[in-house]
Amino acid sequence: MPKIQDYIYRPEFECMSRSEMEALQSERLRKTVELVYNNCKPYRAKMDECKLKPSDIRSVSDLSKLPFTVKHDLREAYPFGFYSSPKSDIVEVHASSGTTGKLTVVGYTQNDIDVWAEIAARSLAMAGVTKDSLVHVAYGYGLFTGGLGAHYGAQKIGASTVPASAGNTIRQLTLLRDFGATHLCCTPSYAIYLGTEIEKAGMDIGDFSLVGGAFGAEPWTYQMRDELERLLHIDALDIYGLSEISGPGVSMECMQKHGNHVQEDHFIPEIIDPETLEPLPFGCEGELVFTTITKTGQPLIRYRTRDLCTLSNERCACGRTSVKMSKVKGRSDDMLIIRGVNVFPSQIEAAIMNVSGVSPHYMIYVDRVNNLDIMEIDIELDGNLASDRISDLEAIKRKVESEVNSYIGVSAKIKLCEKGTIKRSEGKAVRVIDRRD
Amino acid sequence: MLVKQLSVFMENRPGRLYKLTHALGKEGIDFVTLSIADTKDFGIVRFIARDNEKAYEILKKEGFTVGITELIGVEVEDRPNALAEVVHLMEESNINIEYLYSFVLTNHNSAKILMRVSDTERAVAILQAKGIKLLSEKIL
Repeated sequence: MPKIQDYIYRPEFECMSRSEMEALQSERLRKTVELVYNNCKPYRAKMDECKLKPSDIRSVSDLSKLPFTVKHDLREAYPFGFYSSPKSDIVEVHASSGTTGKLTVVGYTQNDIDVWAEIAARSLAMAGVTKDSLVHVAYGYGLFTGGLGAHYGAQKIGASTVPASAGNTIRQLTLLRDFGATHLCCTPSYAIYLGTEIEKAGMDIGDFSLVGGAFGAEPWTYQMRDELERLLHIDALDIYGLSEISGPGVSMECMQKHGNHVQEDHFIPEIIDPETLEPLPFGCEGELVFTTITKTGQPLIRYRTRDLCTLSNERCACGRTSVKMSKVKGRSDDMLIIRGVNVFPSQIEAAIMNVSGVSPHYMIYVDRVNNLDIMEIDIELDGNLASDRISDLEAIKRKVESEVNSYIGVSAKIKLCEKGTIKRSEGKAVRVIDRRD
Repeated sequence: MLVKQLSVFMENRPGRLYKLTHALGKEGIDFVTLSIADTKDFGIVRFIARDNEKAYEILKKEGFTVGITELIGVEVEDRPNALAEVVHLMEESNINIEYLYSFVLTNHNSAKILMRVSDTERAVAILQAKGIKLLSEKIL
């Protein structure tokens, strides 16, 4: 029996019929296209280049006529060149760092903050957050949208919100226990870390009041969910978002635990082939693309997320009618090309989690030796040494090796490590160290 | 009847054994036995402490990867061929000895043998039938 009592926060939108939804999306899309064309120089230039006028976009079926937006466009316009509203209307600015050093900046009007709070509230309702709940937010607060996103959602519902932010594990555990937190929001890797530290801190999970949580900001596997649910005695749900589109809550998993509902009355999702850029039908894997249709500060048209997943329009047993997205397989930015094979850290994680005796803590090292890509995976054993035979440990090692090989088709050297030796992250987990130039 | 032994997984690099022995030493835990099985990359430290339960708790709390194994312990006279006789008993019954170590205490006239075998139950029965003295938890 799940401890969570989930509910639908905004049934009039979340359970709309397809024709109602498309009519609403079409109307909002038209408004958004007009707004960006008239107020955002880069969008006017893009549309002029395609010889498109706002009047060419009449409904969602015209969406594919519009040009894409990529992260590079936002960086080119650094810092505020993508605003579609006057700077005086912007009430909050977030930014995410990139590998190239330049930040991707996102400005929010009060309307955008309200939209964000709304979608975050809908998401937390899927995890059963009510005004009687106590939501402990251990995402980082700051330029990163994780902390404030969960915060706005919990407050909109009227729950007690504890802005713990990231770091200081012992204090996190003490607050969680003593305040009687019912819900936890943070990255899944940090939640697992908290779970494994409970015993070490001399605490007992039986003294906690947790029932559920929304975990995101990094791709995670179903096996990791099992581990998290076992450690914290909760239902662990996946919350998805990205700062460019809004932050956490763009989509959220319901208690069916099979895909995330996209808040389609605010964001239109598409899946495209990342090579040909052609839209793909439901069920096909490709790159996820979003168009925001209610934001005013920095609306984005057909923004390429680099996240790979599938979309599904199958009816969900929870009653919501919105399109669902599968778990993100990986951000195409995270993809490693090893000896010509595309490898996602999430696939390696899924492989590792099939082996008993090892923990979910691992680090992937990639090197190039004599022009050959070499992958080494350091993985911690779990705290219970089930056997003191060398041969049994060698067998665990070989099992990880063969699982990884069969999942990704590339062999890796496995190193078993002592518990607690792989660096824990308090925000987004660092899983890969690529030492090739 | 059986003797509890703790085993700790350890990466094969400098400083690890100190970390283990110091963690226990500073809590006043005394080792009775200690042996290491190693490979190129890792090893397993196997030991018996005077207070195994406390040692186990300390290591758990300090985050070591630790397990408990039950070994057969026998006490034999400290004389040539005593070990061979015990080993022979196992081998003639097709019981595989996975590992074994022994030690002699200076003020006793006996040697103690600790071993992990493929079939503990049968091994115990055989040793008992031959009247060989088995060690219990309190091996000293």
